[in-house]
Amino acid sequence: MDNLPLKTLKGARMVTVAMTVNGKNITRKVEARMHLTDFLRIELDLTGSHLGCEHGVCGACTVRVDGDIVRGCLVLAAQLDGSRVETIEGITESGEIADLQEAFVRRNALQCGYCTPGMLMCAAELLKTRPTTDRNEIRDFISGNYCRCTGYHAIVDAISQTVEARRSARD
Amino acid sequence: MKFAPFDYVRARSLAEVFDLIEQADSDARVLAGGQSLLATLALRLSEPSVLIDIGGLKELRFIEESGEAIHIGALTRHCELESSTLVAVRLPLISQAMPHVAHPAIRNRGTIGGSLSLADPAAELPACMLALDATLILASRSGERRVPADEFFKGFYQTDIRPGELLVRVEITPKDAAWRFHFAEFSRRRGDYAMAGLAAAGRRAADRIEQLRLVFLGCGDRPVRARAAEIVGVRSQLQQGGERYSALRKALEQDLDPQSDPHASSATRLHLAAVLADRALAFLTA
Repeated sequence: MDNLPLKTLKGARMVTVAMTVNGKNITRKVEARMHLTDFLRIELDLTGSHLGCEHGVCGACTVRVDGDIVRGCLVLAAQLDGSRVETIEGITESGEIADLQEAFVRRNALQCGYCTPGMLMCAAELLKTRPTTDRNEIRDFISGNYCRCTGYHAIVDAISQTVEARRSARD
Repeated sequence: MKFAPFDYVRARSLAEVFDLIEQADSDARVLAGGQSLLATLALRLSEPSVLIDIGGLKELRFIEESGEAIHIGALTRHCELESSTLVAVRLPLISQAMPHVAHPAIRNRGTIGGSLSLADPAAELPACMLALDATLILASRSGERRVPADEFFKGFYQTDIRPGELLVRVEITPKDAAWRFHFAEFSRRRGDYAMAGLAAAGRRAADRIEQLRLVFLGCGDRPVRARAAEIVGVRSQLQQGGERYSALRKALEQDLDPQSDPHASSATRLHLAAVLADRALAFLTA
């Protein structure tokens, strides 16, 4: 058996992991070196998470693990046994960011769209953790997702508008 | 790119970590948060044969005050340092530095132990450890060894960690209430590696700074304490603008030997370091 019991103190090239992805229980045996984004895209066919740089710089692979955003390319699937993963597909379906997505469409806050899933995941965390944020903080917060097109004004507009809309809905 | 193939093993206890380190090949690596290690694998700068995942060891994930010191477990994540009230109140320099550490998605997984063990000379936490006189605790099967921060960092990605040892926690005794702290850095955009950064601490007596601590990052092969600039800073603290900058810049030429790279020349880094020191003095004396 190539998935050695861990008590032998030997590493294994293949690892069995069980996690929930967008609420579904998933168990797979994968190569130890497989990162979460490849796991989502190749094993589960969830292709909303993108690989840009594949070394932690671009943010296109941003997903949630146990409620917090992470770089999918800097986490091994093997590390996530017992974890809860949410992807852009999951939080789109739940409607959690429908207003944010609507604002992105309205402001034309994308050009090619490659960075957009990561931008949305990142912006969703900002909206959740800092509901009274301002434009400067938005720029700082999404700096890890800057991409090629430089069209950030519209993205900042869209996030900022969502902040305002949620704030007035609360008041 | 894809990581080169490796074996993976998850440690379930500290004792097991020591067994694993002992039995593994010399190119085994300990995996904590993975935010630097996995990036080096992706760049194929590193091809370990086995990764020993210590991420599940909850006993290494804590921030607590006991006795005189604040104790921080090696697996404490950057986001936990950033949001900790205890850290904000007792170790404000660290609170100030955390927003500069990479990006939120990386701070959610990166750990203090990983960052210190890697010893990137442009990283924020190593400089903070020096400025705060932290003690790093290295554990091995034969017990614990305590290493002061200024002896821990040995050079470019080099530390005092010996084979069979693991950094398990950091102890920092907060300085008395007369100390003020200031952290700042210059980077092209928020979260990028700093072209130059400064962790500063100053002890106030009346309206003057009587003791000054200046530790620079991104300006050498490790975090560098700028002793000449500290002396000049105390002496020139009441001078205005240009004069103080010039005095600090001259002193920093003795303290720092920054390398040129595509992000900034050596001269630019020295200039930025002097600007940071000058602004830190303005803040600490205000």
